[in-house]
Amino acid sequence: MSETPATPPPARGRRWMLYAPLGLAAAAGAGFWVMLRGLQTGEYDPRGVPSALLGRQPPDFTLPPLGTLPPVTVADLRPPLPAPILVNFWASWCVPCIVEHPQLMRLTRDGVTILGINYKDRPADAQAFLQRHGNPFRKLGTDEPGRVAIDWGLYGVPETYLIDRQGLIRWRFAGPITPEVLDKDLRPLLRRYA
Amino acid sequence: MARALGSSAPPRPSLRQPMYRFPKAPRPLAGGVPGRAGPSPLRRILACLPLLVALAGPAFGAVGRPEDRLADPGLESRAEQIGRELRCMVCQNQSIEDSDADLARDLRRIVRERVQAGDDDAAVMRFVHDRYGDFVLLRPPFNPVTALLWAMPVIAFGGGLAVILTRRRRAGAVEPPPLTEAERRRLADLDGGGA
Repeated sequence: MSETPATPPPARGRRWMLYAPLGLAAAAGAGFWVMLRGLQTGEYDPRGVPSALLGRQPPDFTLPPLGTLPPVTVADLRPPLPAPILVNFWASWCVPCIVEHPQLMRLTRDGVTILGINYKDRPADAQAFLQRHGNPFRKLGTDEPGRVAIDWGLYGVPETYLIDRQGLIRWRFAGPITPEVLDKDLRPLLRRYA
Repeated sequence: MARALGSSAPPRPSLRQPMYRFPKAPRPLAGGVPGRAGPSPLRRILACLPLLVALAGPAFGAVGRPEDRLADPGLESRAEQIGRELRCMVCQNQSIEDSDADLARDLRRIVRERVQAGDDDAAVMRFVHDRYGDFVLLRPPFNPVTALLWAMPVIAFGGGLAVILTRRRRAGAVEPPPLTEAERRRLADLDGGGA
């Protein structure tokens, strides 16, 4: 019927709602893209968990040495420290540790102190790893039972902790320190806590 | 990411399950061909079932090696209850009692050590919580970080209720616009025509 009144055009104030789904989809797409990029560069880890030790002193520990390097003790991490220190948990059986190794070597060359804790490894394997890839560690301890690692709240290798000059844990990174993580996160932090 | 603790740890011997090989012989026609003796493939599979179930036996029991369990059944059940409240940080969706990751095994041992040493449940939980933070608790505590999480049911319910109420009120408030002159005339026509 021609006389049936047509539905009135949407009020001006409501018209934007027509585009709302499109806008939502675009925002979700952009968020997804950012997430994927983060996954690729290692900046975003969906399984990443903040450390419970941030802002606290490292737990007490003593560890047996590995090879000829001096062993790590908690005294190395007590203030006053001349510069921030990195503590790196690693293992020869850990593939991401190979990925991050060149970055550790570069940091050592730049004069950063890295203390290594070898996690659940065979001493011979660990030494072979260091001979093959180079040794970035000033001091090295072995945590074969993995108990010290649990005191630190470790849940995988590699894991890296930054201890500031006051001897407090300021940063924990679970996963390999890729070149991106090194440049975007670690270097600025080392500068900030220097 | 391939940084799980369990999978790449020093190799330990594992039981390989024998694979069932399907016979190469062609399948017998429906109803079977008389004279061709021998059990059907289905029969053979069925015959293997008890063996397979027996091999899968350990999967039905608790994870973990028997020698890790406490001798005292009371303490052991307490330790298990604590372990069910603690998240395995490697698998992240299992409790340490359910997970076979190395780290979960280490934590199971620590829980049992502390239980045996006489710690109460809260002290054991605190020990693990101090090291791994809120995420290790499968029932997260209420604090500023988890407030949104805990409040979410209330927010979702309240939001839905608000939407329903406002829509209802609006629907009741809208009155149909008054008839135009043309519509009134047409209505009168229709009424008149019917009479």
